[in-house]
Amino acid sequence: MKRSNAPLFWLPFGAGGMLAALTGTMLVFITGIAVPLGWTLRAELMSYPHVLALAQHGWARGLLLAVIALFAWHAVHRIFHSLHDLGIHSGATAKLVCYGGAFALTVITAASLWSIAH
Amino acid sequence: MNLDGGVPRPFVRPMRGWWRRDPFFVRYMLRELTAVAVLAYAVVLAVGVVRLSQGEVAWNGWLAALRAPWSIVLHVLILAAMAVHAWSWFQIMPKTLPMIFVGGRRLAGATITRAGWLATALTSIALFALARWWQS
Repeated sequence: MKRSNAPLFWLPFGAGGMLAALTGTMLVFITGIAVPLGWTLRAELMSYPHVLALAQHGWARGLLLAVIALFAWHAVHRIFHSLHDLGIHSGATAKLVCYGGAFALTVITAASLWSIAH
Repeated sequence: MNLDGGVPRPFVRPMRGWWRRDPFFVRYMLRELTAVAVLAYAVVLAVGVVRLSQGEVAWNGWLAALRAPWSIVLHVLILAAMAVHAWSWFQIMPKTLPMIFVGGRRLAGATITRAGWLATALTSIALFALARWWQS
């Protein structure tokens, strides 16, 4: 029996969905609203030295990469499976664009974090 | 090939806007739509990481972009979508999890959903407290 590769696609989808459900709302509030407006949180929270220190910290860097990679994977998996509902034929091209896009975003983020650390 | 010669063509039900026919489908599409916001946020963060690796000037440019009114509006929309995602994620969780038995009785779906919402609330409070602690 040929082994299915489906779990490779839905496992990160589930992990990303769970991570987004638990942390997404507050993360968006902190980075996109509270800090830019200086409302309930100070702008210094995301100052260059502050965030650089975070990105150079071992497990914090890993968490940052996990958030970006898993959010992206969760999103493209869901979008890919919604194409059919919108009447768009989801063939190999759509699959490549969706998952390839998430993969590219992950590689770009990992490379940038790597260059910050070294 | 023309099949119109006296042969009636079968009726094909139009599928355009099918999801607007039922509130259940509207909720389904709203749930799927949150993925666009999750992707947008991942891209925003990834751009931030790239700018951070390019030095202080690049990073400050990214921060300035976050302060622009259009960015605030975008993030309010993403925030709303994230909240819908968290809400719906745990609402469908009883259907996606294998059955859980506690003391011989099946764990009720509502219990799983409420536990998930509670976990989100506690994680959010912890994250905000962490940010408050770390800024000082």
